[in-house]
Amino acid sequence: MIFDAFLIRAALAGVGVALAAAPLGCFVVWRRMAYFGDATAHASILGVALALSFDTSVFAGVLVMALAMGSTVSSLSGRGYAVDTLLGVLAHSSLAFGLVAVSFLSGVRLDLMAYLFGDILAVSQTDLLIIWGGAAMVIALLWWRWSALLTSTLNADLAHAAGIDPRREQLILTLALSVVVAVAIKVVGVLLIAALLIIPAATARPFAKTPERMTLIAAVIGAVSAIGGLQLAFSFDTPTGPTIVCLAAVLFALSNLHQLIRRT
Amino acid sequence: MNLVTLSNVTVAHNANPVLRNVNFAISPGEIVTVVGPNGSGKSTLLRTIIGALRPSQGALNKAPDLRIGYVPQKLHIDPTLPLTVRRFLSLPVAVHDEAAKRALEQAGAGQLMQRQMTGLSGGQFQRVLLARALLCNPQLLILDEATQGLDQPGSAAFYQQIEKLRQELGCAILMVSHELHVVMAASDRVICLNGHICCEGAPEQVASAPEYRALFGSGTQGALALYRHEHTHSHDHSCGHDHAHDPQPAKETESQ
Repeated sequence: MIFDAFLIRAALAGVGVALAAAPLGCFVVWRRMAYFGDATAHASILGVALALSFDTSVFAGVLVMALAMGSTVSSLSGRGYAVDTLLGVLAHSSLAFGLVAVSFLSGVRLDLMAYLFGDILAVSQTDLLIIWGGAAMVIALLWWRWSALLTSTLNADLAHAAGIDPRREQLILTLALSVVVAVAIKVVGVLLIAALLIIPAATARPFAKTPERMTLIAAVIGAVSAIGGLQLAFSFDTPTGPTIVCLAAVLFALSNLHQLIRRT
Repeated sequence: MNLVTLSNVTVAHNANPVLRNVNFAISPGEIVTVVGPNGSGKSTLLRTIIGALRPSQGALNKAPDLRIGYVPQKLHIDPTLPLTVRRFLSLPVAVHDEAAKRALEQAGAGQLMQRQMTGLSGGQFQRVLLARALLCNPQLLILDEATQGLDQPGSAAFYQQIEKLRQELGCAILMVSHELHVVMAASDRVICLNGHICCEGAPEQVASAPEYRALFGSGTQGALALYRHEHTHSHDHSCGHDHAHDPQPAKETESQ
């Protein structure tokens, strides 16, 4: 393995995103918000288009769009439509609007594939700072609210009785999700962010007895997938983002196989 | 000084009033049971008191720094969430091992500390919920049909535990119950609810009130009528298990 600077930056970027995605991904799994993650991620392509047309940073554009989508979903849910219907509408239409909006920007040099599937090898030092800054913020936020988040994940009334406002905790998760989407877009791209959230958490589940343990194991699995996927992509000359997700999926399959064998 | 006071409270779901002009208060150490048909606003009343719902009219006053222990009607834990009983007891406030152990013993679930929440039986689960509610050293314990899904002996044992707790801890208890022998034996006061408070008072008083009879059927054994009424309803919902009607009258006389 050649330790080129760009590879080290890529590895650091991948690990940074994996560390932030682990605790958040656990909440996404526990609260059955997988589609919510998809909707937020898909909305971000619209954020990319807006950022490019207003000539601001892509990170900011994505963050704003992801936040807008997250709060739209939060406020619309429970008003007539089933949540999965609502999310299905919002996720795919925002992706479609984003792709259409990007096509208007044909004058701008824009590699759409880089936003859909990530471009981890092109991570700059500034990107790295943004990724680790965002990851640190998400981890700190979840650490701070951990007990309240867990309690409201269990049951909203239980949270109310303990003086916790579950709507506020939902907002905090929405904010954390937006930040993770914004920093992960460079690493795995819009289409695969949800996979990076869910697969490590789901892989960790059988090995954990407490929520905290599950989060730690998910972080390790995420980091291993990021570094391993990067190496595999380098040796087989495959797209990096999808390779990372493939490796995570293989680990998921192995973990389930292990459970199956142990039970019989 | 009352722990909780509701004055002229109206609570609405999507502009439909579920509770209308409710006046209610509970004082320290009192046991109050709320009875009423399905959809009568029993859970709404409890959820308003814990702060999950806001009154659209009227005022809700709580004693300053009131500690409420809440046992919900049912709690679904997603199978993807690994959670030991020990960890559950430390939510949201971390407690010491000793306190956790004591609470489990008080709730009659001493052996369950290291078990997974999703692996508990219905009765064990309710006891763990009760233990968790006890950990804040509550001045008011609120139970929302806490024995739903338990069989007869299971719920009888559960309520015996609650009565014992009141004696030990001296906390006030507010509960929704369908089981009349509990109402008769343990409550200081019964509230009969059907969107508004139909009648309230000592259990014997309520059982003979015309408003109560109108809701739960008449007959010489007004008290027993409630029990039978509930059972005919659960047959309608085909809950898929046999209800032992025969032993019931014996239990009823026992508790009176």
